[in-house]
Amino acid sequence: MFDTALTSSDFLFLARGAGMTLLVTAISVVLGTCLGIACGIFRFQVGPWWAAPMTFLLDIFRSIPLLIQLVLVNAFLGMVLKLKISGFSVACGVLTLYTAAYCAEIVRGAIEAVPGTTRRAARSLGLTWWQDMTSIVLPLATRVALPSWIGLALGVMKDSALVYIVQVTELLKATQILITRLQEPLLLLMICGLFYFVISFPLARLGGYLERRWSND
Amino acid sequence: MFSYKFQWNQAFARLPQMLDGALITMQIAILSMVLGILLAIVLTVFRRSGSRVLSGIATSWVEIARNTPALFQIYMAHFGVATFGIHFNPFTSLLIGITFNNAGYLAENFRGALKAIPETQTRAGRSLGMTSNQAFGYIMLPQMLRIAFLPMTNQMVWAILMTSLGVTVGMSTDLYGVTQALNALTFRTFELFALAGVVFYVIVKLIQFAARLIAMRLFRY
Repeated sequence: MFDTALTSSDFLFLARGAGMTLLVTAISVVLGTCLGIACGIFRFQVGPWWAAPMTFLLDIFRSIPLLIQLVLVNAFLGMVLKLKISGFSVACGVLTLYTAAYCAEIVRGAIEAVPGTTRRAARSLGLTWWQDMTSIVLPLATRVALPSWIGLALGVMKDSALVYIVQVTELLKATQILITRLQEPLLLLMICGLFYFVISFPLARLGGYLERRWSND
Repeated sequence: MFSYKFQWNQAFARLPQMLDGALITMQIAILSMVLGILLAIVLTVFRRSGSRVLSGIATSWVEIARNTPALFQIYMAHFGVATFGIHFNPFTSLLIGITFNNAGYLAENFRGALKAIPETQTRAGRSLGMTSNQAFGYIMLPQMLRIAFLPMTNQMVWAILMTSLGVTVGMSTDLYGVTQALNALTFRTFELFALAGVVFYVIVKLIQFAARLIAMRLFRY
């Protein structure tokens, strides 16, 4: 197993794939979180009935496989609208919405976890809605949301392995290309899995630690 | 507005084939869920056993399942084990991959659920003359499964969505695989995948509805 045909340029190829995985994840998580926070606050402010159309739309992203979402958006933009959009943009766009769909639920839950009495007390003291949001709700809700958000970000990183379907060569696709050439699946998959594990494991641990540390009891 | 002409009848004409695929998808998801729950219970018992080897095995399983992509796990079950001369067909590889993933996530849920059961209940059971195993099996286990019901529902939904990954190891009979094959035949990509998406959506909603009915009975007190 250890006399491998893996060369340093193959490693560079894998590293480039890993970089692509991280880039797609970073862009989607940052944009998706912003969108998710906006949707979550909107959902909380207008109540479940008025937000129903938005909830329905976001729920779609959680109820159909990511692969189908990617294929559909790619086909819609490319074949129906005849736009020339790179697979990278499609991947980032779909993953952003995917992140936002989950993030909105986390944000809504976190805002709901802030006791109404605390918020009314803030408003009684003369704080505006915005002040109440930033200095009362934000710190309290972050404690609830952050552990789940870390889990979501890691989930998006793992799910970004599917963007190969829109011709983005991320880590797992790069691994697969090398497997086809070198015929050493176990070694290559181990390297690939190790990369995901090394990033995901410490952060997941941190999330678990924060959850225990910040729980309100 | 746009030059593309939608041909929905092309997709609808193939709906029966896709529904057959949906049955296979359900079959894989349900099988992987049943096996996953059983394995997760075994992993939970391993983690509580106090034996270093057993809890080490269980912890590595859970951490690998939770910290690597599901697609990676399916690749491992298909291409990875092929190194040892074991060749599974796509169905088996997919089933192994999803079951591995399910078991890891569920074991973690079960651990959380067990924490919610007061320790005094085990002691009460033991005082009544139950053995340690009886106390776990008759007192902790049923409550654990009930508390973990909601996470199990979510996992079931993920299992359904994960079956779409089977296409990467050559699966062509599940809903995604069938759609892919039909797409190669007709090139009505958007229509076919939109319809497949709707079928997936309906399946997921049905599962969530069924779960709600079961939950009404489980949590009536």
